[in-house]
Amino acid sequence: MTSLAEAFSRSRAQGRAALIGYLPAGFPTRDDSVRLMRAMVDAGVDIVEVGLPYSDPLMDGPVIQAAADQALRGGTTPADVIAVAGEVAQTGAATVVMSYWNPVERFGVDRFARDLAAAGGCGVITPDLTPEESADWAAATEAHDIDRIYLVAPSSTDARLRTVSAACTGFVYAASTMGVTGARSTVSDAAETLVLRVREVTHLPVAVGLGVSTGEQAAQIAEYADGVIVGSAFIRLVLEAPGIAEAESAVAGLARELAAGVRRRRIDAGPVT
Amino acid sequence: MTWSRRARIPRSGARVASSDIPAGHFGPYGGRFVPEALTAALDGLDAAYAAAMADPDFHAELDRLQRTYTGRPSPLTEATRFGQEHCAGARVYLKREDLNHTGSHKINNVLGQALLTVRMGKKRVIAETGAGQHGVATATAAALLGLDCVVYMGEEDTRRQALNVARMRLLGATVIPVTAGSRTLKDAINEAMRDWVTSVDDTHYILGTVTGPSPFPSMVRAFQSIIGREAREQVLEATGRLPDAVAACVGGGSNAMGIFAAFLEDPSVALWGFEAGGDGVETGRHAARFAGGAPGVLHGARTYVMQDEWGQTVPSHSISAGLDYPGVGPEHAWLHDTGRAHYAPVTDAEAMDAFEKLCRTEGIIPAIETAHALAGVMRLGRELGDDAVILVNLSGRGDKDVATAARWFGLPAVDESAEGR
Ligand SMILES: Cc1ncc(COP(=O)(O)O)c(C=O)c1O
Repeated sequence: MTSLAEAFSRSRAQGRAALIGYLPAGFPTRDDSVRLMRAMVDAGVDIVEVGLPYSDPLMDGPVIQAAADQALRGGTTPADVIAVAGEVAQTGAATVVMSYWNPVERFGVDRFARDLAAAGGCGVITPDLTPEESADWAAATEAHDIDRIYLVAPSSTDARLRTVSAACTGFVYAASTMGVTGARSTVSDAAETLVLRVREVTHLPVAVGLGVSTGEQAAQIAEYADGVIVGSAFIRLVLEAPGIAEAESAVAGLARELAAGVRRRRIDAGPVT
Repeated sequence: MTWSRRARIPRSGARVASSDIPAGHFGPYGGRFVPEALTAALDGLDAAYAAAMADPDFHAELDRLQRTYTGRPSPLTEATRFGQEHCAGARVYLKREDLNHTGSHKINNVLGQALLTVRMGKKRVIAETGAGQHGVATATAAALLGLDCVVYMGEEDTRRQALNVARMRLLGATVIPVTAGSRTLKDAINEAMRDWVTSVDDTHYILGTVTGPSPFPSMVRAFQSIIGREAREQVLEATGRLPDAVAACVGGGSNAMGIFAAFLEDPSVALWGFEAGGDGVETGRHAARFAGGAPGVLHGARTYVMQDEWGQTVPSHSISAGLDYPGVGPEHAWLHDTGRAHYAPVTDAEAMDAFEKLCRTEGIIPAIETAHALAGVMRLGRELGDDAVILVNLSGRGDKDVATAARWFGLPAVDESAEGR
């Protein structure tokens, strides 16, 4: 089992950014989701983000919505998600869950953190939870040694960046653009500006997500960020594949391309704090 | 850093000073559960709203539009025959929001937010709509003020409220049918939020009810509270006393908060909200958040939500598109828990029965949403007897519902093309 701190210090020691791959648990089926995430890790993903499928994912574009719908139709529960995260964590990759807030609250805030820790997961990304609403969550994650990852956005004020970063542990998730998840042909310049602004207020690693889909984009982002997050591009490959074997090799292929991308980082990119 | 502690729920009936509750919260309800990308916009909206409320020019402009455009104050009508024949002789007063321009209370909130949009220098507005009344009101204000307008509407609702889809398009708005999920109001809100995250620099989201992240619930209530202010004065003038009960239907809860607001401090006045019972709460096919839901988080606020044991939102069902929503405004959740207001479900069949009775005794065709409140008033009349004075928010008119009603009552079908087939 690897923590986020260990994962980032390993990639940092290698002079590169960490690669973070997202897939929803239960997509396309429970067992195949584990198989795909393990394939990601074998192909070079450092940190796995296991999505908890939710009925109203208002941060997500059509690709992740489709995957979440399929996982929910398959009966995926939060307990399944935690179990999947545990199986993925056995690969040795640091494993976090990404979840909208209501399923966590309904499951029981303390119970969620406790069960995830027991399974071997190390953190939770909460896209619609703010530090202001996090009293119970902060206590639960402290008690069970689970990292709390909140998002910052290009529109965040400096004061807001300070508040949100101070509430994070593990890393800070920088949304590259104003928008929902989904692959984009270019990653906006806003991402670099945002990462530099976050560095002013925290020593935590900063990872960039939203819209990343190619090794080229990963290489660009790796020049200024500590982590590169890719989700929809993996899911699209799975949705397009005729079967699980094809999906697995497509996911592994993209993971290799991205892993090469984060290693293409220029040496003169500057010191990482 | 300080972690804000959530306020505890006081025992039933307790009054809570607003200073006990962190900004944007109603007891443990409300707050902001949104992607960080929206935080700056919500803070900006908060500031623009506060500045507008402190600016006499804003009030003067809103007041002018309410008088000369909406047609306020809306009248108070005593429903003599309806009260005598169907409410056990109770004196029933209708607050006539159906007579507003565009046909419902929704215009009150929209004009306020549309003026704010102009003050914020934004050029585009988006809205969700269920029954289409909020969409029509938003399209109307956008035309009046020269704003671009996009309205998200569940595909199922574009079918059952086809007349309003046509009205929005005539007014120059783009209507986008939403095919995700249950294809109703909930999914329209998801889609509007996704648009807003992407477009927030030049776009204001005119949310149509007292739900969503802070400051929407308080702001929408403030713009709707003119209903209660007028009605309280009008009832006092007509009867010389306060009503025994004030009733309204509750979708998100804006027409109810609008009329309740003026009576919150009058302990003798019972406040009643009627939610959609659909086929009956026991069937699971309903939109009764209090009778069939539990506290949770949906669309940016903590409130009562229809959800399964895993926190997944359960689709709602109602004959009325405007009440067909699995969440409810957080202030209603608080009024429910404190016992200051009461909530009860009304089935499709009860609502349609009340719909017909109001048509036949008063010559007023109500919206099907509103008919839920009227069915509630019939119950209250039987409970309170013929001394009672009951005030009900007649939140909208039923033109949009004639095709549905004709089908329900087995009348010859309304022109099929008008149903968007
Ligand atoms: C006439 C009418 N009444 C009531 C409602 C329900 O909304 P709210 O509960 O916000 O008043 C609607 C919503 O579309 C409506 O059109």
